[in-house]
Amino acid sequence: MYKVLEKTYLQEIVVRMVIEAPEIARKRKAGQFVVLMIDDKGERIPLTIVDSDSQKGTITIIYQIVGKTTAQLAKLNKGDFIMHVLGPLGHPTEIENFGTVVVVGGGVGIGVAYPIAAALKKAGNKVISIIGARTKDILILEDDMRKVSDQLLVATDDGSYGFHGFVSTVLQNLIDSKEEKIAIIYAIGPVPMMRVLANLTKPYGIKTIVSLNPIMVDATGMCGACRVAVGGKTKFGCVDGPEFDGHEVDFNLLMTRLRMYCNQEKQAMDNYRCGCHGK
Amino acid sequence: MENKEKTEKKEKKEKVPRQAMPEQNPKERVHNFNEVPFGYTKEIALAEASRCIQCKKPSCVEGCPVDVKIPEFIKLIAEGHFIEAAWKLKETNALPAVCGRVCPQEDQCEKLCILGKKGDPVAVGKLERFAADFERESGNIVIPEVAPPTGKKIAVVGAGPAGLTIAGDLVKLGHDVTIFEALHKSGGVLIYGIPEFRLPKAIVDAEVNYLEKLGAKIVTDAAIGRLKTVDELFAEGFHAVFLGVGAGAPVFMNIPGENLSGIYSANEYLTRSNLMKAYLFPEYDTPIVRGKNVAVIGGGNVAMDSVRTALRLGADNAYIIYRRSEVELPARKEEVHHAHEEGVQFKMLHNPVEYIGDENGWVKQIKCIRMELGEPDASGRRRPVPVKGSEFTIDVDTVVVAIGTEANPVIPKTTPGLDVNKWGYIVTKGEAGETSREGVYAGGDIVTGSATVILAMGAGRQAANAIDAYVRSK
Repeated sequence: MYKVLEKTYLQEIVVRMVIEAPEIARKRKAGQFVVLMIDDKGERIPLTIVDSDSQKGTITIIYQIVGKTTAQLAKLNKGDFIMHVLGPLGHPTEIENFGTVVVVGGGVGIGVAYPIAAALKKAGNKVISIIGARTKDILILEDDMRKVSDQLLVATDDGSYGFHGFVSTVLQNLIDSKEEKIAIIYAIGPVPMMRVLANLTKPYGIKTIVSLNPIMVDATGMCGACRVAVGGKTKFGCVDGPEFDGHEVDFNLLMTRLRMYCNQEKQAMDNYRCGCHGK
Repeated sequence: MENKEKTEKKEKKEKVPRQAMPEQNPKERVHNFNEVPFGYTKEIALAEASRCIQCKKPSCVEGCPVDVKIPEFIKLIAEGHFIEAAWKLKETNALPAVCGRVCPQEDQCEKLCILGKKGDPVAVGKLERFAADFERESGNIVIPEVAPPTGKKIAVVGAGPAGLTIAGDLVKLGHDVTIFEALHKSGGVLIYGIPEFRLPKAIVDAEVNYLEKLGAKIVTDAAIGRLKTVDELFAEGFHAVFLGVGAGAPVFMNIPGENLSGIYSANEYLTRSNLMKAYLFPEYDTPIVRGKNVAVIGGGNVAMDSVRTALRLGADNAYIIYRRSEVELPARKEEVHHAHEEGVQFKMLHNPVEYIGDENGWVKQIKCIRMELGEPDASGRRRPVPVKGSEFTIDVDTVVVAIGTEANPVIPKTTPGLDVNKWGYIVTKGEAGETSREGVYAGGDIVTGSATVILAMGAGRQAANAIDAYVRSK
């Protein structure tokens, strides 16, 4: 049993939770994730560890309420318990001093980008971060990202804050300005965003790492639900990833496989909502 | 002459035939996940037990990887001492209710039964199941006394058949045993792999519960290699480590279209259904595709479990696609028989070469090629050879690839000095499971590759003796 120590809404449907998990906190490195299962009847969902504190024995997760499990998770309050938390899973981000690095985070993906930016900064890199959201009200972690970045660029689709447009345009402008020799780019966000960014950087030959979020069950390499195609080869997101070379990833396959259970996911959410309203 | 004839007639009349076990009707059972065989009644068990001739030198025991005291427990059943029979079983087997159901007795104890030479062997497995079930259902479960504490701490990695067996043995010897399990529930393949209709999960839970009562500690959600390494276990004060992590990684054929939606590994399909109880969705949160035309690739027990699961999830057509002929099917005869009864369609001498998807990336057809049997290969079985130009398609909406598993590399990769072979399986010296690292032992599928529950248990048993000797010498 893993105790919820803090819960805050970063915006209407994005939640930040601090969970007591001392052994995971001690081992965890940037880029790794946990699988959690709320109760006996729950499903196992992977979530990136956004932060950890080995002294306090805590890990932090950030998630968007997209379906039944995340909705149920958001109902838990400080002092409640999550039945199972497994981790830390996946390969940690390969952190070294590359020189100048760009970290791009879109939407709730900023939560995944944050620990990577923090680790890169700590390793001595010049970190330029680009974060984006549909609109100002749903932009998360701006202050946190600013703290771990040498430069922070913000974009909103509707122009309500920062640059009016997509993070890809901001990145394109940065590359075009030729002010920086970009050694590597980390792009984390919705699949379409990662695909656009990978396509954008490919002609320039700038290595672009993406963090993938395929459907998982055990997340220890046992089931193969999280199959992704990278460079024409099948890889398991859970044990071979979650980070891959964005220029090699088959994003169409990823999108298709992410939709595999959309009917059941809707049914589960409808049932859950019904149950709540009935009470 | 006359007299002799009379005696012969009398003997024939009194001879009790091997007792069949009542089962659910195939037409009904394909619509539920309840266990297929009902088990023996007391009367049937008494009749079956009376068939054992109590050999002085019982060859059946030689066929048992964990040396179950077969004639002794059967004698107790024949005398009506059912609970005592269960206790006798538990002297050497921590999981009798499991073994009575899933052991391939026809290749082990029953194969060597003297009665089998002229007729049918004693139904050892069915009697084992009867005794274990009788004890559990009676609620009269006695926890045997364990030896005084030795002060030695032993870590067992993986709560599957090997790990549970070794934990039981080592606890009884007085050691302080902790099992680390990566999943949220103990049992390994017994809980995620073998379906409810063949091995009810309540039985696995009861056997795990028994081990905990014996004194074994179980830590779930603990992925060794990630949460802590084998070296860190030693640093925490464990004196020996047993690795019984299974051959957990699914094998795919690497043919075009294999990542289309609707195509599962058997591990995933069975884990969703068994461990996560997706067959009860939406009561349970994990979904599973309820295909109408389901093809399972492979011919082993896992393939039979998958195809029979597909029927129970509502498939109209459930196929086994296997590249050899029915004679070579590696699955137990009983499983193949059950699958036939339930209406599984066996497409023998077929091999998939490609999967074809629809506009949404969902599998809609398998392109297969016909095979014929050629010369025997290294395994002694006739090698399947593709028949040129014989490709054809089968319409499907779900595919389960059940062609085997391979080693999961996480533990070898995080344990310096632990030798593995070219397939990634851990190398052991002799039968006691000693690895290239001092104090580290291994057994089960992670050493042998995919095998059976009972062989993994046998490996656990042998490693238990070796670890006991090792920690006492320290």
